[in-house]
Amino acid sequence: MNKVETFRAPFDPAVLFKTVFLAIVAIFVLVPLLATLLGGFKSLGELRVNPFGLPQHWAWQNYADILFSGRYWQLLRNSLIISTLTVVLTLIVASMAAFTFAHVRFYGSSMLLSYLTLGLLFPAATAVLPLFIKVRDLGLLDTYFGVALPQVAFSLAMSVLLLRRFFKDIPYELLEAALVDGCSYIKFFRYVTLPLSRPILATVGTITFVNSWNAYLLPLVMLNTDALYPWPLGIMVYQGEYSSEWHLILAFITLTILPTIILFLLAQKHIVAGLTSGAVKG
Amino acid sequence: MARPIASSPAMGVSPASLSTRAVGGPSWDGRFTVLILFLPPALLLFTLFVVLPIGEAAWYSGFNWNGFGRPTHWIGFDNYRFVLETRAFWLALRNNGLIIAVSLCVQLPLALTLALMLAERFRGAVALRMLFFMPYILAEIATGLIFSFVYDGDYGLVASIWRSFGAEPPHLLASTDTAMLAVLIVIVWKYFGFHMMLFIAALQSIDKSLIEAARIDGATRSQSLRHIVIPLLYPTIRLSVFFAIVGSLQLFDLVMPLTRGGPADSSNTMVSFLYNNGISRMRVGYGSAIGVILFVICVTFAFTYKRWFMRDE
Repeated sequence: MNKVETFRAPFDPAVLFKTVFLAIVAIFVLVPLLATLLGGFKSLGELRVNPFGLPQHWAWQNYADILFSGRYWQLLRNSLIISTLTVVLTLIVASMAAFTFAHVRFYGSSMLLSYLTLGLLFPAATAVLPLFIKVRDLGLLDTYFGVALPQVAFSLAMSVLLLRRFFKDIPYELLEAALVDGCSYIKFFRYVTLPLSRPILATVGTITFVNSWNAYLLPLVMLNTDALYPWPLGIMVYQGEYSSEWHLILAFITLTILPTIILFLLAQKHIVAGLTSGAVKG
Repeated sequence: MARPIASSPAMGVSPASLSTRAVGGPSWDGRFTVLILFLPPALLLFTLFVVLPIGEAAWYSGFNWNGFGRPTHWIGFDNYRFVLETRAFWLALRNNGLIIAVSLCVQLPLALTLALMLAERFRGAVALRMLFFMPYILAEIATGLIFSFVYDGDYGLVASIWRSFGAEPPHLLASTDTAMLAVLIVIVWKYFGFHMMLFIAALQSIDKSLIEAARIDGATRSQSLRHIVIPLLYPTIRLSVFFAIVGSLQLFDLVMPLTRGGPADSSNTMVSFLYNNGISRMRVGYGSAIGVILFVICVTFAFTYKRWFMRDE
């Protein structure tokens, strides 16, 4: 991260312009977020007269009621189960496929890889109606797997691409030497490739997790029981029930995006890495 | 360095021919085991849950079918005719066009400007990057709900600004004139940070000596920007445009909490139109026809774009 340009002039109109511009964008981003957080601490009446400022009386009760309600935790639990299933399955299935594409030469390899990566172009919405019928026929409607399996399938294209490129960088000589010493491909995969690939596994895992955690359309179609709803569905229902009691809805929104923000701060490196390496395809 | 496996003639290698190589060298059997154990799960899941459903969408689109039992009432291309005769479909298509236009004309220039500012190192640059990227991390549903509060005519931020001027606040999301505009603003808010991060990553991988050399040769800041930095960013810009368009075509989650496509279909996207007509009423044939139209648009765009603009990538 070297400097692209350096300015040492005491006053530079460019710097002033830049500062003002950045400040405006920062306000544009921050205000809705802060208003949501603070709105959850207000009463409905105060929200109406004082939507921007700090609360006059901090209504901790709004947050406490939600945290002690059980409903909030159930939504988080459902989301956690679905996302974890999706991540674990994606990592297993995608890393095995990526390993094969990276290190095993066979007829049709590149054709199969192109087939799989076509998935990057397909709009999920096209598949969603037939997917509903298929999941129903498989008896998976209203189950966590009914949501997780299609999510795994849709995340495979990107995951396999990212993992394969990383696996290819593991020196071929290492595999060769291991094979000569009587190690099998599978053992090599298990004891060399996977441990060496922790950073990229973390990246793919984080991206898959965030996508699954935030997903709406697939759970909406596949789940009918409130008790199974992940949080994006649950919060829509909540908003419907409390339609104009914005102080409660804002507190609920804040509490549901909190895990996302914590995850982002923890895994920020992996998210950005996945974003940029996924973008600049090789 | 010779690669035994790479140099062997792919499939038809017998273990015997390999045994003439180094003792205990890689054998075909090992590869075969990996192939039959490691590939099928991915291929099976992908085929079953991605490729087949898309094929089935094409098949179902020929039926008048509510999703129960088996489809029997074949009506050929009538579903497509019904879709294309619906005014709401063209509205949705127009809205997707608007989203693309705003993404390309507002969002990307904004992202590029910010990236150029924030790729330099100064105090607060990293914090600002994270802040601008934050909306992208939030779920579309949460974003939509936050903004339905912002736009709320009684309690929202926009309303209170209106009131401070002594005017009666509008219900932006409830009016056919303003609903789509309100959605477009949220789209910019949510996604500009993503493109900014792409540009920052690209800027940081630019070889600084190029710019220094230009400076020494007397290029001004804006000259080096125009003639060196921006051209070096072209691959990323092309990619960003690609993501922006593909993403715009598939937008759904953000529309639902804001307007559900309303009022009077004025803020539908193709996917929310598909959802409102195909899925919530289980008109499988009709919905599938919308899905197939979306598919054709996306795939045609992707291949054309790749052929024309991303040949070298």
